[in-house]
Amino acid sequence: MSLIPFFFVIAIILVTIGLGIFATKASKTASDFFVAGRSVSVFANASAISGEYLSAASFMGIAGLVMKNGYDALWYPIGYAAGYLFLLLFIAGPLRRFGAYTIPDFAEGRFDSAGFRKIAVTFVLFIGFFYTMPQMKAAGVTMGSILNWPYAAGILVVGSVITFNVVLGGMKGITVVQAFQYWTKVFAISVPVFVVSAVYGGYGTQITKNIEDPRDAPSFAAETTVKMPGKDKAPNNAIAMTSIAPTTITFVDDAIVGKAGPSAKIGPGETIPPKAAEMLAGVKGEHAAGSNFFSQTFSFLNPDGSKGTKTGAKLEFEKPTQIKFLEGSYAPNAPSNGKWVAPFGPLTSKYNYPLLYTYSLIVALVCGTAGLPHILVRFYTNPDGRAAKRTTLWVMVMLGGFYVFTPLWGVLGRNIVPGLYANGKTDTAVILLPMMMENKTLGLILSGVTSAGAFAAFMSTFSGLLVSMSGAFAHDIYGKILRPESSPADRVKAFKYAAVGVGAISMLLGLCVESFDIAMMVGWAFAIGAASYFPLLLLGSWWRGLTKTGAAAGMLTGGLLSLAAIVTSMLLDKKILTFEVAPLIRSLMEQPAIWGVPLSITTMIVVSKLTKSTIPEDVHTKMLRLHAPEEMGMSVDYIPH
Amino acid sequence: MQEPEETGPGSLPPEKHSEFAHRVMRRQARLSIGVAIVFGILLLGMPLFNLYAPKLAATQVGGFTLTWLILGVLFFPITWFLSSYFVKASNKIESECADWRKILEDES
Repeated sequence: MSLIPFFFVIAIILVTIGLGIFATKASKTASDFFVAGRSVSVFANASAISGEYLSAASFMGIAGLVMKNGYDALWYPIGYAAGYLFLLLFIAGPLRRFGAYTIPDFAEGRFDSAGFRKIAVTFVLFIGFFYTMPQMKAAGVTMGSILNWPYAAGILVVGSVITFNVVLGGMKGITVVQAFQYWTKVFAISVPVFVVSAVYGGYGTQITKNIEDPRDAPSFAAETTVKMPGKDKAPNNAIAMTSIAPTTITFVDDAIVGKAGPSAKIGPGETIPPKAAEMLAGVKGEHAAGSNFFSQTFSFLNPDGSKGTKTGAKLEFEKPTQIKFLEGSYAPNAPSNGKWVAPFGPLTSKYNYPLLYTYSLIVALVCGTAGLPHILVRFYTNPDGRAAKRTTLWVMVMLGGFYVFTPLWGVLGRNIVPGLYANGKTDTAVILLPMMMENKTLGLILSGVTSAGAFAAFMSTFSGLLVSMSGAFAHDIYGKILRPESSPADRVKAFKYAAVGVGAISMLLGLCVESFDIAMMVGWAFAIGAASYFPLLLLGSWWRGLTKTGAAAGMLTGGLLSLAAIVTSMLLDKKILTFEVAPLIRSLMEQPAIWGVPLSITTMIVVSKLTKSTIPEDVHTKMLRLHAPEEMGMSVDYIPH
Repeated sequence: MQEPEETGPGSLPPEKHSEFAHRVMRRQARLSIGVAIVFGILLLGMPLFNLYAPKLAATQVGGFTLTWLILGVLFFPITWFLSSYFVKASNKIESECADWRKILEDES
């Protein structure tokens, strides 16, 4: 363990704090605090939006997911970027012109209903807290990878720094910080990958390695020792050996194999041949440090005695231990080249409905982007609707320039650090890959750069969420519901208290989610956003027939049912719930957007038709505020300041 | 703030609000939906392309498979091109619509 990456992390934290303090001097009025005085330039605002959007899931998660699942994971960066295009087409311009600070402002202003604001606010907090959890987890895991810190330490450091920064500067401070952090992240994701590719071969070369022989899989270039977690981190405590060749493993420490079975799923009617069953029974139990296990491959037996699917053994460890693999042996848990490089691989084929899974994932990512409260609030920092559109165009370019590099990390990770497959640490590929280089100092420096980028990623996203959620508390709950007579100064104070409170809750939540996947938690946030805010914003800006009852009914039905489906699905995965579900239903529960979004929209339309009489009389004027060119002066600031 | 003038803010009579809103929205919506359809076909067509033309999708191009090259690399410039087209066209519509008398006359 070297301190070089740590210095990079310290540097990025210090620069973040320094910029925050520097920018505080410019942040004086309430308007400055909430939306940066609406005076941010297009380029700076685009950098800031991109900086805020590129979270830990983008910086570390996509590379990890591509490494783990191959082609199917490409939908993530595409969906994140495509979501922005739809935001630009349907929502960016109208939303800014409407002249409200937050989505709850839009909800209230569009329907003249303070009650609807309360429903809208709950979703800011719902989505916000779900989205902070993976950021917190990423912080804990990164510090664990570079410094062997305990999980909680990384969370407390990052959480405290950002909370401090937000309390000091509000959003104006954060705009400068976010813009700076976008450029940090682009630098950190691109420059090290150029250097690594220069040594190991570029994008095309690396992919080609996985095309040549579809039945082959990644193997260890040198003898490799892997740290395995215990069964409290299941399913990451399992090594599923390949079916290509036998594998010899050495138990470096004393180890206990809790369960042993075949790597492949056993089909109906298939049985494990007696010899293999004997081997699997024999490996269960305790192993002394230094002992070996020669893991044979075998084929299931069909009822007629013929050979079925070929497989290797799968071992699950009871407590944390270390396992050594020989040079040239295949990495456990790695999908074969053919499954990895081709569409409809392990990710989407999980429940045997790959096309359905793919489409539902696309819908969730595309619609979910428009439903993220911390991203939408930034449209109000544009001087006008046109600037909002130009900003979004720049955001598209900046996001594409970043995302194009992320899958390359996954490909390099597969070919160079296959050990990460063994203990389920593919999420840390971006941090650990450069350390494999022969020039150790250069490797550590590059790893420092990516660590700094990862820190920039979860710090910027967390601060954006913190501003949104604290703003919801100060502006909506305190300023609108609890004490409508409060002065702007009171609200700024309330914002600061709220930021401290929200920061503390986020850190506590982060401590509870170590065993959940980053991508899984981000999926929760996207699915709730896609089925709640997205339909509200889309229909609210384009359909004058939408009533507040209709909008509320749709948001609640779609948002809450999607949430329930995902949480149930996750509890099933963790085996906390254990009932049987048909694969089709299971697939729809894990990726609910394909029914959640239409359900929400349909509910909105049907209920609105039933409550037609409650359409506000001045709805045409509201539509003009959303759509009339700025020059006509139809747009007004919803919140006077 | 601009001063109100003949063709400027506030001069659109309230009884025309509904009609004008309809026209402005229809123009913008037509553009947005058009771009969305083009992009939607590309995005939602990719899984079908992979399903029904797996051999073509797996063709090697510059070390990549064709489908990886499209989805992992070329999709980003496509989104840039579409959004830049949209922003130009949309702002043009806005400039035209600022002259509300002309819009109301044109299509009545």
